[in-house]
Amino acid sequence: MRGELSWKELEVGAIVTEPGNAAEYRTGDWRSERPVRKQELCIMCGNCYIYCPEGCIVLKEGRYETDLYYCKGCGICANECPKGAIEMVEEGK
Amino acid sequence: MPRRVALEGSHAVSEAVRMADVDVIAAYPITPQTHIVERLAEMVANGELDAEFICVESEHSAMSAVVGAAACGARVFTCTAGQGLELMHEVLFVPSAMRLPVVAVIANRALSAPLNVWGDHSDVMAIRDCGWIQMFAENAQQAFDLTLCAYKVAERPDVLLPAMVHIDGFHVSHVVEPVLLPEEETVREFLPPSEYPFPLDPDRPVSMGCYGPPYIYTEVKKAQEVAIENSYEKVLETFKEFKDVFGREYRPVETYRVEDADMLLLMMGSYAETAMLAIDALRERGDNVGLVRLRLWRPFPAEELRNVLRGVKAVCVFERAISFGMGGPLCAEVRAALYHLPEGERPKVVSFVGGLGGRDVSVEEFEAMLRRAKERVSSDELEGFEFVGLRE
Amino acid sequence: MMGIIEVRIHGRGGQGGVTLAELVAHAAINEGKYAQSMPSFGPERRGAPVLAFLRVSDRPIRVRTEIKEPDVAVVLDPTLLDIVHPTEDLKNGGIAVINTKKSAEEIREKYKIDRLALVDAMSIAKEILGRNIVNTTMIGALLKATGIVRFESLEKPVKERFGNALGEKNLQAMKEAYERTKIF
Repeated sequence: MRGELSWKELEVGAIVTEPGNAAEYRTGDWRSERPVRKQELCIMCGNCYIYCPEGCIVLKEGRYETDLYYCKGCGICANECPKGAIEMVEEGK
Repeated sequence: MPRRVALEGSHAVSEAVRMADVDVIAAYPITPQTHIVERLAEMVANGELDAEFICVESEHSAMSAVVGAAACGARVFTCTAGQGLELMHEVLFVPSAMRLPVVAVIANRALSAPLNVWGDHSDVMAIRDCGWIQMFAENAQQAFDLTLCAYKVAERPDVLLPAMVHIDGFHVSHVVEPVLLPEEETVREFLPPSEYPFPLDPDRPVSMGCYGPPYIYTEVKKAQEVAIENSYEKVLETFKEFKDVFGREYRPVETYRVEDADMLLLMMGSYAETAMLAIDALRERGDNVGLVRLRLWRPFPAEELRNVLRGVKAVCVFERAISFGMGGPLCAEVRAALYHLPEGERPKVVSFVGGLGGRDVSVEEFEAMLRRAKERVSSDELEGFEFVGLRE
Repeated sequence: MMGIIEVRIHGRGGQGGVTLAELVAHAAINEGKYAQSMPSFGPERRGAPVLAFLRVSDRPIRVRTEIKEPDVAVVLDPTLLDIVHPTEDLKNGGIAVINTKKSAEEIREKYKIDRLALVDAMSIAKEILGRNIVNTTMIGALLKATGIVRFESLEKPVKERFGNALGEKNLQAMKEAYERTKIF
């Protein structure tokens, strides 16, 4: 769709009438490094969850995980983890 | 039955806004617009108008506030003048692009420096390209009528554009004269509550004013341009509906004694009323002159203007603004509109600038200007412009 | 049929010249006539010499300029006669309506005005209104000098402007001035 919308298809005033469509935006594409978590070191302090600016740390079956669809790879979680449980790894490796 | 009352031009606007039953007013007082908002504040305080009056700290905020309120589906009003319009400048482009039917009345005023609170069209010309429908009123009655027309056309679902009514600072805003005020019910019928299609509503969420990167910005601007071009027909329909209800007729281009004229004086705003007396005087002496008043400034009525000016020998454009380094901005647009007429039908155009910073142009000065225009046409001095009433 | 009558009011900022012009315009319009009133445009300063303009006619009024050669000059403050020379550019046959204690002879000799309407509006205003504000009082003199509108036509606009009680007093001062004004 991107780049293909004609001016005739725009809503009045370019209003976006579809609510919450930002969720479709794969900000994970912006990432050059991804966080890799060593679950055995995690003490469940929740710092990564609190500090993640994207809010993309999720609790899954009682453990924290990163939703890589949205994670931009900023590395704040790795920096804030008191146990060094998160490592930033170059994408593609 | 309409009532014939004495009203100041400013208060005629306030009355129109009251009868339009607006929901939100945000304004900052500035000469010569002050009386409009003063009266509206009074009406709200006295319970004569059930509206939210937001006392903002600047014109920038005034426009921002009414943009927000219009996005919620409210019928809104603001007004300003001169420096205030320039402080509003940045936000003016938002409702036109977001297609919000904001209505504003501008008591036209000169721009600093030197500091000058009096009237001219410098402020209008500086916001020319803001994408609003813009109309000029020449007296208190027209100020009232066109304010109603502004709401009517702006809120049409097939228009949805902001509309601005220009009244000359002091020469209209501060003059008391007779005005026919219609019954309130008639106005309510003419202007039913606004039905803005996408009001901000938690149950029907929308995103407004999103950012538009290069891949979509051009398309958005094309859609906006088509919208204002298409609004021309809707302005015509609105004027017709207005006439059917209230009996007074408006046209995008209005004429006075143009039959068989060799030379037409063309202008905008209240000085046209004084100019009519000059036309009468010259006609009496056998000069075939007439007057053309541009009522609609945006969308620019190029075709209607061509139809009126086609085949006339000469056009004398008088305006109260300068585009520094280029001349009269109105004249430039008139010339552009005439450019594609075939040689034999294209009038010669001469440009005059006067009435700056509130200076009067008398009947005699208009007569002298038209005589000078004739000289310039016959000696082919068509380039540039001349000042009216300038001390050398 | 009445042609256009152009009146220029000379006062000082705060003396109510603009209100005078507005009230008479309201009265004229209520009579079905055409009228136009306006201040000398711009920011006004208390005490500074200021102008107000008034036009009344049987036909629609188109001219919107300030009045350069009035048919009538109303002078609210006699000290202005020496400062702004308000009567110098009166039209031929024009009349000056002046608030003064001086005699017609004195005024005529000093300012060379043919037609005069004189009244001691200050005394009337002090007597009836208890204040030296002569704008409404001078309407009485203007009406006597010109018949520009009927006296009764002022009742509604004056009461609308000042309320019933104060309006009544202003009308009384106006009436008194109407009666005491002498035309020369």
